[in-house]
Amino acid sequence: MDVLALTQKFPQTQNLAGQDMTTFAVNSSELADIVKYLRDEQGFDLLADLCGMDWKDRTPQFGVVIHLLSTKNREYVRLHAPCVDDTVPTISDIHPGANWHEREAYDMFGIKFIGHPDPRRILMWEAYPYHPLRKDFPLAGIEVPFPAADVAAVTGQTVEPAPMMGGPFVSSGGLMSGAEPQALDQSWNEEKPKS
Amino acid sequence: MKTTKEISLGDIAARSEELRGESMTLNMGPSHPATHGVLRLSLELDGDTVTKCDPVIGYLHRGDEKIAENMTYNQFVPYTDRLDYLAPLANNVAYAIAVEKLAGLKMPERCEAIRVVCCEMARISSHLLGLGVYAMDTGAWTVFMYTFTEREKLYTLFEELTGARFTTSYTRIGGLTRDLPEGWLQRVETFCDGVLKTIDEVDRLLTRNGIFLERTEGIAPISKELALAYGLTGPNLRASGVAFDLRKDKPYSGYEKYDFDIPVGTKGDCFDRYLVRMEEVRQSVRILRQVIKTMPGGAWYAEDAKKIFLPPKAKIMTKMEELIQNFMLVTEGPQIPAGEIYFEAENPKGSLGFYIVSNGGGVPYRLRIHGPSFVSLSILPAIVPGNFLTDISSILGSLDFVMGECDR
Repeated sequence: MDVLALTQKFPQTQNLAGQDMTTFAVNSSELADIVKYLRDEQGFDLLADLCGMDWKDRTPQFGVVIHLLSTKNREYVRLHAPCVDDTVPTISDIHPGANWHEREAYDMFGIKFIGHPDPRRILMWEAYPYHPLRKDFPLAGIEVPFPAADVAAVTGQTVEPAPMMGGPFVSSGGLMSGAEPQALDQSWNEEKPKS
Repeated sequence: MKTTKEISLGDIAARSEELRGESMTLNMGPSHPATHGVLRLSLELDGDTVTKCDPVIGYLHRGDEKIAENMTYNQFVPYTDRLDYLAPLANNVAYAIAVEKLAGLKMPERCEAIRVVCCEMARISSHLLGLGVYAMDTGAWTVFMYTFTEREKLYTLFEELTGARFTTSYTRIGGLTRDLPEGWLQRVETFCDGVLKTIDEVDRLLTRNGIFLERTEGIAPISKELALAYGLTGPNLRASGVAFDLRKDKPYSGYEKYDFDIPVGTKGDCFDRYLVRMEEVRQSVRILRQVIKTMPGGAWYAEDAKKIFLPPKAKIMTKMEELIQNFMLVTEGPQIPAGEIYFEAENPKGSLGFYIVSNGGGVPYRLRIHGPSFVSLSILPAIVPGNFLTDISSILGSLDFVMGECDR
């Protein structure tokens, strides 16, 4: 691809020297223009992927990563767009396929896409109060009301966190002390039955 | 004796006048045989014609991306089985290659060749199911029985190779779980002969079958532009006339060494999508035969990647260094350097992409899974309206999606 032409046309774009493909950090206000330019002038005709990111310690905390593919030149390009107040302009008018990906990024990270035609949740149900892929959301989940209110009224059912039984069934990686095998739920054993 | 009251044509016309102008909302699914899993279509109907289609997904959402952030790279391999659970081997391979690219690992030739065998067998297995249930969706029951007989043979081969019929978890970061069993490749060769016969049989049953043609030809055509705009990949994109296949255009795992053709459709309708899958099975057999003929010897895992691949069991039991290495790898995970990678593999359903961000260490910071079925379903609101309600099973079957990968 023509890196120079892009950086000249959009001077605020920064080439990040990606290890696997050309990578740019773009200004989110220019995002839609850049995606359109790449599609029309440089042949990146297929949206390979769009996903949200929670960078935790960076400011801004949230961002969007876009992978575009050129079916003619057989190459990818990656765009990093940081959010401004947790918002990014939509690109679903340029690549209609972005519609669902943006809904997913909203659902999972709470990133709002300005101008999105259908800003609903997609994987979780509409009334779900959290954004589960954020780094501060626990793996097991948080107790929330059951989606069907009429069922919950009769049964008192809630959506409970996953049973972790004294630790996830996974080693946490990283430091050895944190990765040691953990005991299962110790509130019951052979002598003391499960309450 | 005549008991029924005679109704004049005028009465019927008057009654149908009353019925007109009222649209109906119909929920198809989430548990419906034609939706191939837990997909719900919220449809708006005008008589028999669909005017609006809103797919509701998420019934199979398990939070795979969140789970991946909380476990080591190798521990995530079984979760990849459950993405496209009709081609688990291909998912295993795609995931392993993504992480290896991030680690900058070069796989030995034998490992790459075995992975190609895995991918192509997974493709045949997935397409056989796709074709079988597609025929069933359009009213031909027999084809399903034929293709499932072949899949049964494939599952026997998978079991021999990986120890499991369905959830294979065959790859590891930096290699495989085990080498090929003795004489297994000859049995794959025998299977190849059989599957071609079955495909010919299916060809005779469906390709010129009047009912099948009426139910598929010209139904829900996807133009080249629409397919690209929605980011379709795999057979669905190729059926629309875009000759793009990652195995040819962005070769991985040594695909550039093998000779095969890419079937491309012209109209992008349901029938074209069927034809593309049929031909892909034949091409996969072609690839399989070439790999079997040229299967290289040597190592089947990256021997120099001491911080990524587990040492052989015999050495763990006898040597101190390998024992420590094994212990560190199991507890802390394979050590992958910091960086980011996006890798897409040509899976049976389309491009399965993994976007991995690593801060170093044994756990990914973020692992994004791009499932082709998610994309295939996102095009439904654009292609379903205007078709009859009965065509929906035909359209869904032709897109060949799987919910495990769509909802993740």
